[in-house]
Amino acid sequence: MPRNARTNALGLSRNDYRGGKSTLCPGCGHDSISNQIIRIAYELGLEQHNVIKMSGIGCSSKTPAYFLGRAHAFNAIHGRMPSVVTGATTVNNELVAMGVSGDGDTGSIGLGQYKHLLRRNVPMVYIIENNGVYGLTKGQFSATADEGQFLRYYGDNDLPPIDLALEAIVSNCTFVGRSFSGDPGQVQALLKASIAHKGTAVLDIVSPCVTFNNAPDSTKSYPYGREHEIPLHDIDLLAPDFVEEREEIMIEDYEAGQIIDVPMHDGTVVRLKKTDRDYDPRQRVQAIQLLEEARMDNLLLTGLLYYEEPRMTLAESENLSDRPLTQLPDDMLRPPREALDNLMQSMM
Amino acid sequence: MSIAEIQQGTEFLAEERESQVNDFAFMVATKNGSGSQTSNSVLVRSLFHMGIPVNGKNLFPSNIKGLPTWYTIRVSSEGYIARRDTTEIAIAMNELTAAEDIADLPEGGVVILPQEWKWGRTRDDIIWYEIPVKETIRQFKIPSARREQVGNMVYVGVVAWLFEIPLDQVHRALSDQFRGKAGAVNMNFEIIEAAWEWARDNLVKQDPYRFAPMNLTEGKILITGNEAAALGAIFGGVTFASWYPITPSTSLIDALLGYRHLRKDPESEKDTVAVIQAEDEIAAIGMVVGAGWAGARALTSTSGPGISLMSEFAGLAYIAEIPVVIWDITRMGPSTGLPTRTSQGDILFTSFLGHGDSQQVVLLPRDPDECFEFGWKSFDLADTLQTPVFVLSDLDIGMNNWMSEPFEYPDRPINRGKTLDKIGLEEFFAERGEWYRYRDYDKDGIAWRTLPGTDHPRAAYFTRGTGHNDKGEYSERSDDWVENMERLRRKFETARTLVPAPEIETSPGLRIGIVSYGSNDPAVQEARDRLRADGIDTSYLRIRALPLKPEVITFIEQHDRIYVVENNFDGQMTSLIRIDMPQDNSHVKSLALGDGLPMTPRFVYENILSMEQGHNAQERTY
Repeated sequence: MPRNARTNALGLSRNDYRGGKSTLCPGCGHDSISNQIIRIAYELGLEQHNVIKMSGIGCSSKTPAYFLGRAHAFNAIHGRMPSVVTGATTVNNELVAMGVSGDGDTGSIGLGQYKHLLRRNVPMVYIIENNGVYGLTKGQFSATADEGQFLRYYGDNDLPPIDLALEAIVSNCTFVGRSFSGDPGQVQALLKASIAHKGTAVLDIVSPCVTFNNAPDSTKSYPYGREHEIPLHDIDLLAPDFVEEREEIMIEDYEAGQIIDVPMHDGTVVRLKKTDRDYDPRQRVQAIQLLEEARMDNLLLTGLLYYEEPRMTLAESENLSDRPLTQLPDDMLRPPREALDNLMQSMM
Repeated sequence: MSIAEIQQGTEFLAEERESQVNDFAFMVATKNGSGSQTSNSVLVRSLFHMGIPVNGKNLFPSNIKGLPTWYTIRVSSEGYIARRDTTEIAIAMNELTAAEDIADLPEGGVVILPQEWKWGRTRDDIIWYEIPVKETIRQFKIPSARREQVGNMVYVGVVAWLFEIPLDQVHRALSDQFRGKAGAVNMNFEIIEAAWEWARDNLVKQDPYRFAPMNLTEGKILITGNEAAALGAIFGGVTFASWYPITPSTSLIDALLGYRHLRKDPESEKDTVAVIQAEDEIAAIGMVVGAGWAGARALTSTSGPGISLMSEFAGLAYIAEIPVVIWDITRMGPSTGLPTRTSQGDILFTSFLGHGDSQQVVLLPRDPDECFEFGWKSFDLADTLQTPVFVLSDLDIGMNNWMSEPFEYPDRPINRGKTLDKIGLEEFFAERGEWYRYRDYDKDGIAWRTLPGTDHPRAAYFTRGTGHNDKGEYSERSDDWVENMERLRRKFETARTLVPAPEIETSPGLRIGIVSYGSNDPAVQEARDRLRADGIDTSYLRIRALPLKPEVITFIEQHDRIYVVENNFDGQMTSLIRIDMPQDNSHVKSLALGDGLPMTPRFVYENILSMEQGHNAQERTY
């Protein structure tokens, strides 16, 4: 049966994946990312009732209200989204967690929880909408702001930035991407890949703040991003059932060594096609070196920065029952009377 | 520091009671980390198996190894298990504190100390037993790392001979202690036997104290409150626990891990209780809030400093209406305070935990039995009320072994509260044509919730700590805010009807009432008996939960004089009572101890006696 062009595999329209109207400033990079989430969720046919949208506090953390209106959402407290997701996904392993955070929420108040989330390999997509500035409190520097940057009310920033992608790599995150909200195609590709990843997938997306930090010399601005973004590769996502097509492309369009196929846990293949430079994201030291190079040369290198075969998720390493703990029947929640009686007897 | 500085005053000594059988207390002074906890537990368990009502209280320092530590054991043929602050017998095994340990003994007291100290008999009004600790263990091949620990078994053997604990009871207690591990049991028992034989051959019994078998512990168990709480949680359906190590709450989680086997998935043999050690208490409660929101029965266990860190999440869980259970095994604050000493000092802070207008539900167990009961009930209450439920135990209940009735199996099925699954939601829509997360359909302040993962296009809602209307939509409107706060107040009134009722003992015409809660109960009960013997009859109300039930106010109103006995410095429950009864509360007097140690009968008895005598003197004057 031919699929209706205007609905996806679930028979839902793109509209069904929208959320409420954004209250962010017109032109905000975050709204663009919300739109990419809507788009890929529609294309992937995500079941929204299994999605949880999680956030902390800040402009970025407001965005879960603006996409996937049929998914449960939790706008928690500042910097603590990681712990909330850890609890929710551990007790229900069927949930697809999409977290949205910002550079303040992750890089300052939430840095500890961020690192520990990665250490635990909590299955989720962790999006950092990184604009280098505190928006809701009107323009303070964040921990990712450029060293030597000048902002109107707060003067010069004398401190070096924290690179949240680098932090992820050294914290044993197994999927780390960087992108630019002005590059919707790449954002979509990385979003799709990150959803297929088993474990924490971090996407550090430069998402300009049009109100407080959009001067051309800021590395978090639109002009800078448009000028300086260097994609490390083109990213294609091959669904598990498109094996033949995959073979064809490989043979016809690319020479050996120009393509890196990264198989995901669910059978999806993330295909990285070489652009200008040779880069294999499966080498941790190379990834760190790349980020060092980006730092020294002020480059916005985007794409899949680092990938490794995911290790056990938290629920797996805890040896938890495969069924969601939230769905256990009462007789599995309370041992029988004899269990207590025997125990009491043994204590007498 | 000496135990006399830690404990204060003198009280009900054995001779006052004219009985030196099964009615005295002894104290063991050792160094922390020397393994004396094991030998002391063996003594307590042996006495328990002899059928003698017994308590053991560990007065320990915040230290891994080396600082002085004391353990007091009291036996009482009348079944009193409150801490007594004077002991007739000192087992002085710490040379650094021995001088004071010996000086603190009452006339006619007994000291047992190592021969090798060559201490000399510095008092002639007490009885001395010098025992060969080093020599006894020298006879056995013991790895040097274990020597200090098993050395403590020497005094167990001597105590067994001197005060007549049958060795088979000691052996049984050892088996309990080492969970039947034959090697450990035998190694320790050999030493106990050798010490016992040495005592038989070399000591002349000069003191009047002894133990005699009774049958007052038959059918009872010996357990700590933290173990009981964990067990209660297991029977309450806990599926998620997160925590950060902190004394004195850590053993609750240890016990939860120990009892997890009762809840294996029968098909896969995998666990159905997740226990995650967090990076701090903020993360611990954050995980618990996430889990509770997703539909788990989630708990965290902590103590004062952790409660401070949890306050922001407590406010979020309150306003976002997420069921979680938070155990506070209270220790002495503020700040790091006395980390290994008990307190009831978190009650005021916890009952309003979170900034802004928030009022929390608090349960106040008195002993391990109620820790078990509240262990499972707290989940039903949290799910029913969709709010955090705090259980305020304390170090004394949590970490000391208490004699207890065996726990009763939950008397009602698990209650998940107003939770709508797919079918429930369909029916809800069919019946009412709508469903909004925070709308008060039943006028009890409690709305209906759905869980993430509910396969229904309209099941989702937005959870937030920001202002919202009854649809869960973001709102900064004052009327929405006020309406929500009014509903939460309504919910708190519903909570008042659902929390456990106080326990009241009274008879018509009584004019003096004692109000107390938690671990003070044994001390209050014993003090009441003493007061009664002095002609002062009292009523007694034991609060079991906050919000205060109407019965509490009625009780207070019905008495001429009310003494609120509690173990914090500021009289925090007294303040809470005054908030709930702003008028006519001048007859409510605070008796607050707050010295870091378990409540004593003496404190309650002497204070009430003197205030009553003062009152009577006043009455006569006018």
